[in-house]
Amino acid sequence: MLAATARVTRDLDLAEDCVQDAYAQALTHWSTSGVPRRPGAWLTTVATRRALELQRRATTLARKLPLLVTDAEGTTDAPGPDATFPDDRLRLIFICCHPALSTDAQLALTLRLVCGLTSAEVARAFLVREATMQARITRAKQKIAEARIPFRLPDAADLLARVGVVLDAIHLLSSAGYTATFGDELVRGDLAARALDLATLMHTLLPDVAEVTGLLALLHLTEARRLARVSPGGQLVIMEEQDRALWDRAAIERGLQLVVAAISRPPVGRYTLMAAIAAVHSEAPTWDATDWPQLVGLYDLLLARWPTPVVALNRAVAISFVDGPQIALDLLDHLAADPQLRTYPYLAATRADLYRRLHRPTEAITAFEEALRLTTNTAEAAFLRQRMHALRAASST
Amino acid sequence: MQMQEGPPVTNYLVMIYSNEAAWENAGPSIEDEVMQEHMTFGQTYGHALRGGERLGSAASATSIRRNDAGEVSLTDGTFAETKEVLAGFYIIEAADLDAALEIARHVPARHGGVEVRPIING
Repeated sequence: MLAATARVTRDLDLAEDCVQDAYAQALTHWSTSGVPRRPGAWLTTVATRRALELQRRATTLARKLPLLVTDAEGTTDAPGPDATFPDDRLRLIFICCHPALSTDAQLALTLRLVCGLTSAEVARAFLVREATMQARITRAKQKIAEARIPFRLPDAADLLARVGVVLDAIHLLSSAGYTATFGDELVRGDLAARALDLATLMHTLLPDVAEVTGLLALLHLTEARRLARVSPGGQLVIMEEQDRALWDRAAIERGLQLVVAAISRPPVGRYTLMAAIAAVHSEAPTWDATDWPQLVGLYDLLLARWPTPVVALNRAVAISFVDGPQIALDLLDHLAADPQLRTYPYLAATRADLYRRLHRPTEAITAFEEALRLTTNTAEAAFLRQRMHALRAASST
Repeated sequence: MQMQEGPPVTNYLVMIYSNEAAWENAGPSIEDEVMQEHMTFGQTYGHALRGGERLGSAASATSIRRNDAGEVSLTDGTFAETKEVLAGFYIIEAADLDAALEIARHVPARHGGVEVRPIING
């Protein structure tokens, strides 16, 4: 269907938007007249018609949205003359994140319809079977149609309440793009770019919400390292070994500005803290010159606000550079008891690296093997294998 | 810009669920108070109301089931055994779920809450 529309418009980006728009229209349309017998064909027709319409009046699209929002919030600073929004996409986000849907369904629907992930990719992100995820998405779409969840932006008060889920969805999308959850490509730039695009939109819509600013900062700082993260041969390059000259200085500058803006509006939230952590890395001229004590402090704050085993794992890594690998290994032993981390390849990979630093190659190799069994990303697997072989070679001589 | 067709409004059933045990401990003054709340609600949202009734207690309910063989059996009591039981309902006409929820949140529901469901027109 995407291709069918692209043929008419000769512009894949526009086609994608139009397809999403058609989905959104379908949700509204089907709620009143039922699902047509051939929904695919119907969507193509609508998307094609929509593309032609959009090309005709691309610039006038959605002028009203920023005005409405600023009016509703009672602020006086009017948007500039260039303030145009692809408002249909935003409305699509907010219909997907309607509180009448379960939180899981909200995220799944956003990733599927707004972000364009396949059901299989969404299923991977949630660690459930594809059939389960398809059923969840279908149920959510049925509820939108049957209960008539409206395709419009919520008013100012509700908007703020719903922002959290939207941010989570964008962050999940970005993570999926940064380390593609499976397959041969390590970084899926299209997903990362799409997340950045959506976060920018949100920031334009809600410039005063600190967590929106924080997330946008985080995405800029992450994106800044994208080129350095993959070798020309497609291999994963960990931050320690990245060529920092490849880091995108302009993106880092933008990210740092946003972090400062976000942090100056307490209470400091999860994404702002994650951005601050990324900022500390970005400011270090070399890996060895990284301000680890400051990172430990930020991870402490993050863990208090967002107590997940993954955050605890990253905190342990930071601690290993302040108090030594052995202390971090002890922390990891505690974390390994968490069922959520049992299948998490980074736990095993981190343990492997700590053993390597302690010059205990046998234990390190065992841990590498465990990480290899758990990872589903080909490039990541290649990286782990290469590390393991290097260690084997070093310890056998 | 939206291709909205068909009826511009939907009827929603707002089911009031409440804890009967809690009601038994409440005095008649509470009942009067809630009655007054329903009067106020009716006055405020009368334009959107398409119906509404108070139901008898759960003890007055009779459930009818039919098994696979087509045999009918009667049981004393509500269909599902829960602490909160259906105590009354309103039918609200609204343009969409948001509009329906905005009204439904004002439905008096002492000792319980409400469930909102669209009424499907065949």
